[in-house]
Amino acid sequence: MSQFSILSLIIFLPLAGAGFILLGNRGDEEVAARDARNVALWTSGITFILSLFLWYNFNTETAEFQFVEKAEWMPGLNISYHLGVDGISMLFVLLTTLLTPICVLASWRSITTHVKEYMIAFLIMETMMVGMFSALDLVVFYIFFEGVLIPMFLIIGVWGGGRRVYAAFKFFLYTLAGSVLMLLAILAMYFEAGTTDIPTLMAYNFPPDMQRWLWLAFFASFAVKVPMWPVHTWLPDAHVEAPTAGSVILAGVLLKFGGYGFLRFSLPMFASATVEFTPLIFTLSVIAVIYTSLVALAQEDMKKMIAYSSVAHMGFVTIGVFTLNIQGIEGAIYLMLSHGVVSAALFLIVGVVYDRTHSREISTYGGLVHRMPVYALAFMLFMLASVGLPGTGGFVGEFLVLVGIFQINTWVAALATTGIILGVTYMLYMYRRVIFGKLTKESLMKIADLEKREIVVFAPLVILVLWMGIYPSSFLDVMHVSVANLIEQFQTALAASENLALAGQ
Amino acid sequence: MYTFAIFLPLLGAMVAGLLVFVGGEDEERRARMDRAAQWSTCGAMSLASIIAMFLFKEVALDGNPYTVELFTWIDSGALEVSWALKLDSLAVVMVLMVTVVSTMIHFYSIGYMHHDPSIPRFMSYLSLFTFFMLMLVTADNLIQLFFGWEGVGLVSYLLIGFWYDRPAANAAAIKAFVVNRVGDFGFMLGIFAVFVLFQSVNLDTIFSAAAGKADATIQVFGGEFHALTVIGLLLFVGAMGKSAQLGLHTWLPDAMEGPTPVSALIHAATMVTAGIFMVARLSPLFEYSETALTVITVVGATTAIFAATIGCVQNDIKRVIAYSTMSQLGYMFFALGVSAYSAGIFHLMTHAFFKALLFLGAGSVIHAMSDEQDMRRMGGIWKMIPVTYALMWIGSLALAGIWPFAGYYSKDTILEAAYAAGSGVGGYAFWMGITAAFLTAFYSWRLIIMTFHGAPRADERVMAHVHESPKVMILPLIVLAAGALFAGYLGFEYFVGSNAAEFWGNSILVLPGHDALENAHSVPLWVKYLPLVVAGAGIALAYVMYMFAPGLPAALASSFSAVHRFLLNKWYFDELYDLLFVRPAFYLGRNLWKTGDGAIIDGVGPDGLAAATLNLARRAAKLQTGYLYHYAFAMLIGVVSVVTWYLFTRAG
Repeated sequence: MSQFSILSLIIFLPLAGAGFILLGNRGDEEVAARDARNVALWTSGITFILSLFLWYNFNTETAEFQFVEKAEWMPGLNISYHLGVDGISMLFVLLTTLLTPICVLASWRSITTHVKEYMIAFLIMETMMVGMFSALDLVVFYIFFEGVLIPMFLIIGVWGGGRRVYAAFKFFLYTLAGSVLMLLAILAMYFEAGTTDIPTLMAYNFPPDMQRWLWLAFFASFAVKVPMWPVHTWLPDAHVEAPTAGSVILAGVLLKFGGYGFLRFSLPMFASATVEFTPLIFTLSVIAVIYTSLVALAQEDMKKMIAYSSVAHMGFVTIGVFTLNIQGIEGAIYLMLSHGVVSAALFLIVGVVYDRTHSREISTYGGLVHRMPVYALAFMLFMLASVGLPGTGGFVGEFLVLVGIFQINTWVAALATTGIILGVTYMLYMYRRVIFGKLTKESLMKIADLEKREIVVFAPLVILVLWMGIYPSSFLDVMHVSVANLIEQFQTALAASENLALAGQ
Repeated sequence: MYTFAIFLPLLGAMVAGLLVFVGGEDEERRARMDRAAQWSTCGAMSLASIIAMFLFKEVALDGNPYTVELFTWIDSGALEVSWALKLDSLAVVMVLMVTVVSTMIHFYSIGYMHHDPSIPRFMSYLSLFTFFMLMLVTADNLIQLFFGWEGVGLVSYLLIGFWYDRPAANAAAIKAFVVNRVGDFGFMLGIFAVFVLFQSVNLDTIFSAAAGKADATIQVFGGEFHALTVIGLLLFVGAMGKSAQLGLHTWLPDAMEGPTPVSALIHAATMVTAGIFMVARLSPLFEYSETALTVITVVGATTAIFAATIGCVQNDIKRVIAYSTMSQLGYMFFALGVSAYSAGIFHLMTHAFFKALLFLGAGSVIHAMSDEQDMRRMGGIWKMIPVTYALMWIGSLALAGIWPFAGYYSKDTILEAAYAAGSGVGGYAFWMGITAAFLTAFYSWRLIIMTFHGAPRADERVMAHVHESPKVMILPLIVLAAGALFAGYLGFEYFVGSNAAEFWGNSILVLPGHDALENAHSVPLWVKYLPLVVAGAGIALAYVMYMFAPGLPAALASSFSAVHRFLLNKWYFDELYDLLFVRPAFYLGRNLWKTGDGAIIDGVGPDGLAAATLNLARRAAKLQTGYLYHYAFAMLIGVVSVVTWYLFTRAG
């Protein structure tokens, strides 16, 4: 399969599409906008189909990286263009390629200014995201990881709401500050190990003292991305100001960079430091779950509430990652995937009414079910998935994470489980105020239910949410071997650094 | 083939659910869709209950339990769970009861809801509920049980809030979901603990391993405890939520905001008994923990008396029955607590019939009284709706445990078993049960007399409109009444009598030494007759107070006004919880947001940093005044400083 470089194709096809839009019709604005939309939809659609091929041909029996591509890039520095996916990253690639066309479709009507540039930004972002998940060289990884910031910064800053500039800067500075430390760590790793090749580094044993610093540097970057408490405050602002599709990508994919990073780097490369810092992670995560759930309860803005609920869910993810057992890690990955679908869907749901009324305030709504029954049903389903009702995708991940953590620390498990009570409270409370009640507000009297285009947007997400809840094996089977391998790698690395420490004494 | 019994309701729900969206504005078309939804759900349910009868014969009567495995659900490391249907005696008893009662309520709903504009949605919810309930009772692992558990909770939420225009209904719906989630918190932790102990959550695996783990301990919350006790108590918290036991009961009375058929199906006959079913289902675990069983007995007995006291003063006809349900659930729990699991399930089954009958009868009254629910505005209608009146009598006689009605057999068995347990808590449960039996009879006849007898207290317009319900409502009531009449007599030998061991097979485990049920058949005669005597006394008291001396209740209420208010306000649980949990949560949320995120994290972090940078820049900018002498002066100071520094270091 690797002969014809499928990964590169998936990564760079959107970029080519972006170039096509850029060079395309320069005349009439209207025509240019229409062309841009069409090109973006086709490119991202084909990219998605290509990525299905990835899934279809994926070998679930091996933990090796698959569809590997390796080309010399800077041979003198021992840096190469190295790509590949395993059971941990492959599904994230699919999540990205699925959400991008959905975003394009969701922006069809709501974006009317600078459509060309908007679509270009989204396609470039897709390139960066897929590249990030399939990079097997630290330098390649870092370029994609940071590169995502630029289109996202522009999307929030140009097409965002009232306080978009504040939000864009906050987003950019927060994430950049973390990443700078990671860059330093990458340099340090390069000077220590002499390579930036990720699979090689996974097997490399960094000295325990150095691990501590490296771990913290990576943590700074990932914690902001996740985001973990207390570096989460950029997220609500970014979400509130971002256009709908921006929020979808932000919640659906960008937030997963952190969790993915922990799995790909912190666990296998810095095993002993991971063990040391696990209590810190658990503490911050539990605070995140309870704190942000309570904050979500007090929100008046729908997007802000969903943003805070995302922080709470990500708290579950970080707990799961650091349980270091099968259920916990698989649960964390699964939760990231399902949260990618569910939170994306919830932001789209808010987008639907925002497009119609231009308000995100919960209090401007009420009684929507009378005019929008299909909408109410879709909203209900995604809300239930968000609160982790069994039978929906949200349950499996959350449950596995909790099973995982209960084996490690019952206090953390119990405190995190309170999140499921609070979660259902704020979600139902919002749903009631938006959907139920009498329809009395003048502005809502003529509001229209979902149109065809919107149903097309939601249909795949509805199917996925139920599929992930009823037959999760389709996704879990992909990750079993890789996760087992990760845990083994971790144990080996831990044993090695313990030996190293003993030898040093 | 038999699996159709479980999945037909789902099919019906999906069909009716689709019909919700195709009705459109056209009146006639909508009416057609309404009828299609009624027929498809009622048809699917009827078929399901017929299949369930065959299933019952095959599995319970002929003794051929089996498990149908459908496909893998969650598989992660040692945690392997499939979608599977475990069909043993306990399961099929529930399947039969659920499908039959549900079918009756489906038909009843055709009549009861015929004015409602959302018929397909209602029918769809009812069928969906039935599906989840069936998944719950046939689960072969704890996670699937939890699936059904949460599923019924969801539909309960949807149906309580069915009339979503009403703020009270919405509030009650959310309350039900959230309070149940509090219970689920315990349930989930219980499942985790089971997994840690057994490395499996499949019922067959854990049951066969339970004996070996009888003395095992588990590390939780910083201590080491008896594993099965921890598990039992955690799981019981879940059961308390779903079955509205003391402490987690506050949602049930409010749930009466839903349409009456919902109250009958979900909040009387089936869903609220899920907690009972769960404990009985897990008898092989609970049996090994005396502590857990003791707690169950005490909580059950206390709930039985607690709810009965409140039931005596409520004025809303449905709330009286709701408290009665809570009280009866308490009976079932203390039966389980003394290891008389089959007696608990027996009462569950008979109760499903007579309580559904009572609720639907109340619904018939409400229907006749133009949606009036307050008993203080009823009265004097028994001649106008004689069939409903007679049916209410049958339901009440069964509830009060009068021979030969169903409740007599099941309730007496429970009380006798509690007495025969011979333990302190057994005795407590017995006496609480006897007292509650007295109160039960009292409030039942209080209800009958206030509703049907005396001078009419409704206005003329309502009274002119009072009418007997249509056949489609009455016929299901008659079927349920037949159950309330004969289910006890017919079921006695199988459930708790001489055929019990054969009937239950392996589905319920009772350890040697836990022989309360066996001894129940040989208790002293006064124990056998006491429940009947107190029930009679309760009925008599109700007649005295509400028929012969109608001034008495008001006089009592005013002379014991504190007690009366305490009961009327349901022991102030709602107010207490509001003060302890609801307000603090919102208060905390608001403050963490404004102060925590806003003032502290953002204030010190990004905004603070930005402000500090800006401030510094401004100060720097201020230095650039543009006056030459300022710059010259600064330079001079600089030169002086450098020279001074140079001299000092040289000198030093």
